[in-house]
Amino acid sequence: MDLLRFITAGSVDDGKSTLIGRLLYDSKNILSDQLEQLEKQSLNRNGGEIDLALLTDGLRAEREQGITIDVAYRYFSTPKRKFIIADAPGHVQYTRNMITGASNADLIIILIDARQGVVEQTRRHSIIASLLKIPHVVVAINKMDLVNYSEEVYNNIVLDYAQVASQLGLSDVRFFPISALTGDNIVDYSRHTVWYEGPTLLEYLEDVVVAGDINHSLPRFQVQYVLRPQLPELHDYRGYAGKVQSGVYRKGDKVIVLPAGLETTISAVEIGGQEVEEAFAPQSAVIHLSDDIDISRGDAIVASDALPAVQNEVDAIICWLDEKKLIKGNKYYLQHNSRNIRVMVKEIEYRIDVNTLQQEDVLNGISLNEVAKVKIKSSAPLVFDAYADLRANGSAILIDETSNSTVAAVLIQKNPGN
Amino acid sequence: MAKRRLDYLEQLEAESVYIFREVAAQFERPALLFSGGKDSITLVHLAMKAFAPAPIPFPLVHIDTGHNFQEALDYRDQLAAEVGATLVVRKVEDTIRERQLTEPKGKFASRNWLQTYTLLDTIEEFEFDACIGGARRDEEKARAKERIFSVRDEFGQWNPKLQRPELWNLYNGRINKGENVRVFPISNWTELDVWRYIQKEGISLPSIYFSHERDVIEHDGQLVAMSPFVRLDESDRILRKRVRYRTVGDMTCTAAVESDASNLDEVINEIILTRISERGETRIDDRVTEAAMEDRKKNGYF
Repeated sequence: MDLLRFITAGSVDDGKSTLIGRLLYDSKNILSDQLEQLEKQSLNRNGGEIDLALLTDGLRAEREQGITIDVAYRYFSTPKRKFIIADAPGHVQYTRNMITGASNADLIIILIDARQGVVEQTRRHSIIASLLKIPHVVVAINKMDLVNYSEEVYNNIVLDYAQVASQLGLSDVRFFPISALTGDNIVDYSRHTVWYEGPTLLEYLEDVVVAGDINHSLPRFQVQYVLRPQLPELHDYRGYAGKVQSGVYRKGDKVIVLPAGLETTISAVEIGGQEVEEAFAPQSAVIHLSDDIDISRGDAIVASDALPAVQNEVDAIICWLDEKKLIKGNKYYLQHNSRNIRVMVKEIEYRIDVNTLQQEDVLNGISLNEVAKVKIKSSAPLVFDAYADLRANGSAILIDETSNSTVAAVLIQKNPGN
Repeated sequence: MAKRRLDYLEQLEAESVYIFREVAAQFERPALLFSGGKDSITLVHLAMKAFAPAPIPFPLVHIDTGHNFQEALDYRDQLAAEVGATLVVRKVEDTIRERQLTEPKGKFASRNWLQTYTLLDTIEEFEFDACIGGARRDEEKARAKERIFSVRDEFGQWNPKLQRPELWNLYNGRINKGENVRVFPISNWTELDVWRYIQKEGISLPSIYFSHERDVIEHDGQLVAMSPFVRLDESDRILRKRVRYRTVGDMTCTAAVESDASNLDEVINEIILTRISERGETRIDDRVTEAAMEDRKKNGYF
């Protein structure tokens, strides 16, 4: 049994909450006391009909206003898989929440209202999926019950969306004709869509292969914490604790410690205090090196034959997450895994319209929810791979030094060379 | 070539270990809040794995309401000794006296709410900048929106509208003096995940998690243990039942479930078959309003 993390993008109007409620309800992941509470709430608000959307509203303000404000995480499982849903709001003013939810997702469910087809919001969600390189895209064409389960309507939307997908370079895209309200093709097959021959949504979520998305060929490891037990019997113990971001680490491997550039060899690999043959992504491990060199938190231990980039200046796509604007020349902390470096946003090249992908000139800084292309100059060399090549080593955040807030998501780009 | 694929429990473990190491690296004075319940027992086990062979680099802190099960307290002392961790115990009783707090009244007067005062005093006393807790997002609606690193102001308050975005596995633990961060390494685990992990790793639990005989009274469909902290009414009948606990909190606010499950296999089977949620079945204090948890968290609770 493995784990699938997915995000559902959409607004209440698209039936996003209803879809999640339906997945939980039909897969028997809602328990009787939760159902009882739901019935009670539905009675207060809807005059009786069970409203599955109410299952997912967590905060009082959300229940009062009938909207989703923040990302909520939901959990359910079937005998085949454990699922973690990032339930994110869909409106443009919540783009930052969607990006937050999307950052860890293996798969995105984009909801389309069958009566409306591909709309601006569909494009925006697809652009975000492509920016963040979410490996698998599910297009759930919802409210099929309101278009008489028309195959023609469905096929037209599929054709329209296929264009969007090819423009954005989305590769693994799957379509499902569903009704969240009535449950068609979500957990159970619909008797209204005999023309549809694919799996139900849940069947697909159970079977889609995500293990292949993990890179086992490019060894990347960053030191999180240096283990030096202050115990007499472990006097000489010195282990570097961290997470294998990608690739495989074995005893005897030749490695380089960056940014210092020191060569050495792995003398042992441990997991949970036990020596192991190898450690691979996404395991948390401890690496021992045969030479006594000065290594601290944030240093990278990588294979000598497949080096990451080491640069003081990088190109990046950023999504701005803060109320305070980004102004050219501002200084921040950049947190790249366990490494913290002071950086300056040296150049704001252009803003990217998340509805159209158009590049726009920037006159007055970058505001909340906006996406931009920037140049970042750092006070010490960054050791990275482009986000497109390796999510785990190409992502970072910016932190405001004065408020401590997380102000930007940073996707480091391939550099044209400098 | 080896298969190199982690099952879901191994993935969850790797993520939690990563979070523990971030806490140790980012903070000067972290603490692990330990209650004697299965979730915090799991935390201790994960912390040991994160730092092995070194000892856990922070103390275990127990906020003792005085209404605990003796079995849980015994287990706490034994575990702390076994793992060689410093154990800090602070009593709600003392806070009530020193700060002249009013004890809640009623049949199942719970000190659950008052714990927050003792917790905040303890954080101040030891200048803890990070407190690690065993809360899970599947427990409750307000918790579903909680971050893994949850920043609290100097009053310990949670502001759900001003949470830091948490992207990828990048945790921003920067705070100002006086603020602290609550960290939840098992946020992404469900009740069943915890039980299965306990089984897989062979973690021992306090005996009250397994079937035993106990005097209880039945109230509003829930079985509450007889104890000096429960006010008996004339209509109450004391029953002798075979029960186990699904969660372990205070004797006044945790209900038992009837059960013959005497080992982990049997307990897990019962949990898979049950149609009632963990909190719904066993927590008396959550039944007050729809927003009970949200309100408590805003006031500094976990």
